[in-house]
Amino acid sequence: MKRLRFGMLIAALLLSFGLAACGGGNGSDEATSQPTPAATAQPWSNTPSSGTPAAATGTPVVREGPKDVILATTTSTQDTGLLDVLVPMFEEESGYNLKVIAVGTGQALAMGERGDADVMLVHAPSSEKKVVDEGVGLDRRLVMHNDFVLLGPSSDPAGVKGTTTGVEALTKIFDKGAAFISRGDDSGTDKLEKALWKKANLDPKGKSWYEETGQGMGASLQVANQRDAYIMSDRGTFLASKSLSLTIVLEGDPALLNVYSVMEVNPDRFSLVNGPGGKAFADFMVSDKAQSIIKDFGTDKYGRPLFIADAGKTYEGIGLATPFG
Amino acid sequence: MDLIWDGLREAAHILRTGDNSIWAITLRSLLVSGSAVLISLVLGILGGAFLAFKDFRGRNIVLSLVNTGMGLPPVVVGLMVAIVLWRSGPLGHFRLIYTPAAMVIAQTVIAAPIVTGFTAAALRHLDPRLRTQLYALGASRPQMLWIVLWETKLPLMAAVMAGFGGAISEVGASMMVGGNLTGETRVLTTAVMLEVSRGDFALAMALSIILLVLIFAVNAVLTGVQQQEKM
Repeated sequence: MKRLRFGMLIAALLLSFGLAACGGGNGSDEATSQPTPAATAQPWSNTPSSGTPAAATGTPVVREGPKDVILATTTSTQDTGLLDVLVPMFEEESGYNLKVIAVGTGQALAMGERGDADVMLVHAPSSEKKVVDEGVGLDRRLVMHNDFVLLGPSSDPAGVKGTTTGVEALTKIFDKGAAFISRGDDSGTDKLEKALWKKANLDPKGKSWYEETGQGMGASLQVANQRDAYIMSDRGTFLASKSLSLTIVLEGDPALLNVYSVMEVNPDRFSLVNGPGGKAFADFMVSDKAQSIIKDFGTDKYGRPLFIADAGKTYEGIGLATPFG
Repeated sequence: MDLIWDGLREAAHILRTGDNSIWAITLRSLLVSGSAVLISLVLGILGGAFLAFKDFRGRNIVLSLVNTGMGLPPVVVGLMVAIVLWRSGPLGHFRLIYTPAAMVIAQTVIAAPIVTGFTAAALRHLDPRLRTQLYALGASRPQMLWIVLWETKLPLMAAVMAGFGGAISEVGASMMVGGNLTGETRVLTTAVMLEVSRGDFALAMALSIILLVLIFAVNAVLTGVQQQEKM
């Protein structure tokens, strides 16, 4: 009798876990089945309305290829919350289920190069050029831009405030040996920072005051904040990050423009790449609908937009002298 | 200090108001780790019984490997599973990467050695005369395994708890093979990581508290099962 009861308990446990396996394994989404109030500022409330949007709304959706589309993108597009707004719109409109993998630009491009992603939204022009030249990245288009800013503690120990160029500012930091946090993750921001040091003919690598986090923008900002260190950041992530006491010590250098482009992964190169799905997302990002969202995104919270919409423009058109540096 | 209070307040607020998306994340954590533990339990009991009762050459080596597996770094497991499941990997055409199924696989790799190791150790400690007696009474193999498992219920439930603890608390593997997708593969641990990087420490604290409560609740249930016959 005792044994029987134990057996039944185990069986019940197994059963409940078994049901759990079904629920967890088929990719169905509990979060999206319940509408959440859209008014709250929490990122959670912007869960994508995936699942079966076509069936749910009754609108016919023309969708080609597999349902899942993998987007490899940078941490900044996620940390700012922009994708929390755009992704549900895209999914609703297209019927695709977009999987957003937010990593550094270096890794995002590597995912595309291996065929592990269908479309890329990145911000490192010279590295993007390589992927396009290899024939992996297709139909690269400008989506938006903002700028990079140099942040530091408000005491500004290296006296960077008042400088006008990135090179000048980094030279001051170098001479002073002031604490500096680098991403060190081969992201777009990291590539820009490294390029600036190079331009200044300085090599901070190995200096005791120069440290690399190897993490995303948001996480690195938190480290710099705790260390009272200087750090290079895209403006969007800086504005969207909470709990920071860092201030902008340099902005406005044309060399600090931060340009985001979208590229599809060539489906002819990899059998598993979802070509139509990748193209659908790239087309969406430069569509009037998405661009009008980008144009105003952040205005309500920060008093100014986080990005400037750039669809259809060229590098020269937004003031970047060396498009494919 | 403020942060701790903010976190507690935020957690209380979420628990009270029942933010649906956070409940969904909590439920997903439970489902993914529960499934992984269930699979680990089956694998662990079979593997553990085999290791405990079967004499074969190299058993000590296998046991050492299992014991090493009990301390597998989740981030290493994540990378290995990701390499296999990426589209460019050998099992890429199953399209499992960035799905809850991929997270179940990774967490199973983490939890199964724990359950196997505990089970093998528990069964080894059993009085060998019990088996001889059961043989003499003519018990079939499945019958014998069942009785023996019942006798070792205490350490077995401890194995389940340890396996569950390992699965639900890991973050590296879930991040890598799940991708932390909103509404799809975001679980409590990866949500905490995201909120910390966004600097929303209060929400991160609240999620951590919910995670702790969840682990406590599951362990309370399992301990109840474990201790039930003792009373």
